[in-house]
Amino acid sequence: MNPALTGVLADGGVTTGEAVTFWILAPIALAGAIGMVLLRNAVHSALSLVLTMLSLGVFYVLQAGPFIGMVQIIVYTGAIMMLFLFVIMLVGRNTRDSLIEVLRGQRVAAILLGIGFAMLLGTGLARGIGSIPAVGLAEANVNGNVEGIAKLLFTRYIFAFEVTSALLITAAVGAMILAHVEKKPGEKMDQKVLSRARFEKGNYPGPKAGPGVFATSDSVATPALLPDGTFTERSVSKVVPARELTIAEARPKAVNGSKEYGAIK
Amino acid sequence: MTPEYYLVLAAVLFTIGAVGVLIRRNAIVVFMCVELMLNAANLTLVTFARINGSLDGQIMAFFVMVVAAAEVVVGLAIIMSIFRSRRSASVDDANLLKY
Repeated sequence: MNPALTGVLADGGVTTGEAVTFWILAPIALAGAIGMVLLRNAVHSALSLVLTMLSLGVFYVLQAGPFIGMVQIIVYTGAIMMLFLFVIMLVGRNTRDSLIEVLRGQRVAAILLGIGFAMLLGTGLARGIGSIPAVGLAEANVNGNVEGIAKLLFTRYIFAFEVTSALLITAAVGAMILAHVEKKPGEKMDQKVLSRARFEKGNYPGPKAGPGVFATSDSVATPALLPDGTFTERSVSKVVPARELTIAEARPKAVNGSKEYGAIK
Repeated sequence: MTPEYYLVLAAVLFTIGAVGVLIRRNAIVVFMCVELMLNAANLTLVTFARINGSLDGQIMAFFVMVVAAAEVVVGLAIIMSIFRSRRSASVDDANLLKY
């Protein structure tokens, strides 16, 4: 990373440019978070959470953490939220929140509690920390942010880093076990099962006759005739409803330029 | 001037996530609210790294992301298997262990 840029970004004080970016992106992040809670459709919720996460990624880059900012955008918005969208499409796209309150007054109490908690925490933080000077990361990032993080990650945090790999493998195995559907031996429709079913007693193994074959009409609604002269209902598509023809439909069409319809016989 | 605004924003985002966990019924949306709370904690860690002038906070945020990724994979698989057996993704329906 450009050392001059690192110096500007890593400075403990807040520059005007950073303040402007913050005041533009903070309302966007807040709107995304509130939208996630309020929107009824789960897909819309996920997309507004993506908005919040992108804003947070920009905040990380602003605070002299370009590596963590890029990881935020790639891992969170790129991988995790897409996983969420996949599961929403598989599971609950049409499921609405039930409006039955299991605990009466829970929603109102939760909102009041939230407002109180946010006010308490926000004012407490602003009053308690506002007077402490920020050191800034200029010294820690002197060789670049990625190198500084790598130096710490592979020395002081090497054990945590190794444990992380065990965690990821456990998570992958757990997800595979949870998502796996066990089938009984005969349940799977493999070639053997299909072949047995085809030559079972009572099933005609040859190809089925198409509709209209050997029939009095070439309409798709007319069932085919079997060699013994009976109709086979299997030759007619299930989406074609079986019905009686009306008189107007049943009489012969006009032929050889005549505009008159044929008479009903 | 110190970057305390980031901490206030993180507190508000955390609160919105907590309120979302309490008022929403769809298990997937509840899960997304938990993700929002983790993100707010990450913003706090990165801001404190800057205030203290050391990169340890950013490394903590990195580990939080790793744990969040593992948690999402297992959690979504659990939601999928519950949906497969009950045809519902509502957290109110999964109450067989209540009494």
